[in-house]
Amino acid sequence: MSYQADFKVWRGDTDGGDLADYTVEVNEGEVLLDVIHRLQATQAPDLAVRWNCKAGKCGSCSAEVNGKPSLLCMTRMNTFVPEETVTVTPLRTFPVVRDLVTDVSFNYKKALQIPAFAPPKDLAPGEYRMAQVDVERSQEFRKCIECFLCQTVCHVVRDHDDNKTAFAGPRFLIRAAELDMHPLDARTDRAEFARDEQGIGMCNITKCCTEVCPEHIKITDNAIIPMKERVVDRKYDPLVWLGSKIGLRKS
Amino acid sequence: MATENGVDTAGRASITEPTLRTDRWWIAPLVTFLGLSAFVLYGLIRTATQTNYFVEGAGFSYLSPFASPCVTDSCLPGSSHFGTWFGKFPAMVPLAIVTLPFLLGFRLTCYYYRKAYYRAFWLSPPACAVPEPHGTYTGETRFPLIMQNAHRYFFFMAVIISLVNTYDAVKAFHGTEGFGFGLGNVVLVGNVLLLWSYTLGCHSCRHITAGRINHFSRHPVRYWLYQRASWLNGRHMQLAWTTLGTLVFTDAYIALVSSGTINDLRFIG
Repeated sequence: MSYQADFKVWRGDTDGGDLADYTVEVNEGEVLLDVIHRLQATQAPDLAVRWNCKAGKCGSCSAEVNGKPSLLCMTRMNTFVPEETVTVTPLRTFPVVRDLVTDVSFNYKKALQIPAFAPPKDLAPGEYRMAQVDVERSQEFRKCIECFLCQTVCHVVRDHDDNKTAFAGPRFLIRAAELDMHPLDARTDRAEFARDEQGIGMCNITKCCTEVCPEHIKITDNAIIPMKERVVDRKYDPLVWLGSKIGLRKS
Repeated sequence: MATENGVDTAGRASITEPTLRTDRWWIAPLVTFLGLSAFVLYGLIRTATQTNYFVEGAGFSYLSPFASPCVTDSCLPGSSHFGTWFGKFPAMVPLAIVTLPFLLGFRLTCYYYRKAYYRAFWLSPPACAVPEPHGTYTGETRFPLIMQNAHRYFFFMAVIISLVNTYDAVKAFHGTEGFGFGLGNVVLVGNVLLLWSYTLGCHSCRHITAGRINHFSRHPVRYWLYQRASWLNGRHMQLAWTTLGTLVFTDAYIALVSSGTINDLRFIG
């Protein structure tokens, strides 16, 4: 079944822009990225849109669909009624480059700040041995495709641009959790780093990051809250501090 | 609601509407607001009025969780399962003053409730991708919200209070003439089981069992406990709401039996 659907697509650049109206053909089984490509091919050849795999694995086609951060390639058109006008805008947390393309370099800067995996000194490459049960928590976070939907929906930076210096965002807090929970990571200061450098205390766990994650990573429950609890161990819990001082508890 | 520091920040796509969401995103925070407000109102009225919180019969003795443990001279005869530690309380002072602050603290610092009331009461944010009305934001980095980090201590207290509630539920099978079994027992036991499920599914409990360690394989017992806590934790939101409902239902049932409005359905005794 094919039908003509109405779309509002944000067109513009750093100097300004607006929502432009289009009517585009939609065919059965298509996703929104298919329609955007048809729009590009038939009516707006200069429409800028970032995409790559069309399979929800590269994280390139992040945008906001009817106000919700989504992957264009994973938004099925049959989730809309034919009469509905679908609005597509760029991510509203990052500076726009043009049309649906934004400058997400904020995320790359935050990624660079995280200390890399530190292997144990007494093991050479090839000697690492880990039980599956010990690494599976970290493996959940390795599913991240870096689409930055969690980063764009997080109100800490979305609604407060001035927090971008102090707050790393959900994607990099799961990276912190991934490394801190890793059975072979030798660093012992990742909880302190999460608090002091990544601003984990700014997260008020309202779970929007989890809601938009296309990989269904339990960002809040499995990464951020466990990291917050580890921060409590190191910084706020007097009994844990006392236990570590008198040798009852290993760090 | 958008601010110049938010989605209107220079350099971001210039869009007039603060949010372009077309679904009814406001329903969830509204329902949360009404639900939590209703519970707080009910709790305030019941703990302040201090009537019909205990009823005893031949085969039962039901004590409301809102008045447990009852440890003052103001308590009705038979309701002080743990003795009386204080003299008479002035009017409006809750009979369960020794536990209520901790239960309130446990729920207030609970990671699920934080999400719920930050969204519904503080609108921070009211819903995903809907701008919050506040000009500045520091999260949980400063007083008083930095005190949310004390959640694990409230968890420890909640475990003790759950033990008290369990004792009450067991004692409820015994009345003035011995053992009995009625609908009130089902209500009390059901409430206690759900309270345990909520308490042991807490994120701090999950951390304490084994969440804080990196080598589950070296701690199989702790890992087993962690898996059980994680299973409950996956239902934490549902249990948070269900237990509010069962607390109210248990208290209301006891109040209705105590006031003579309804009779307890007896199966034995």
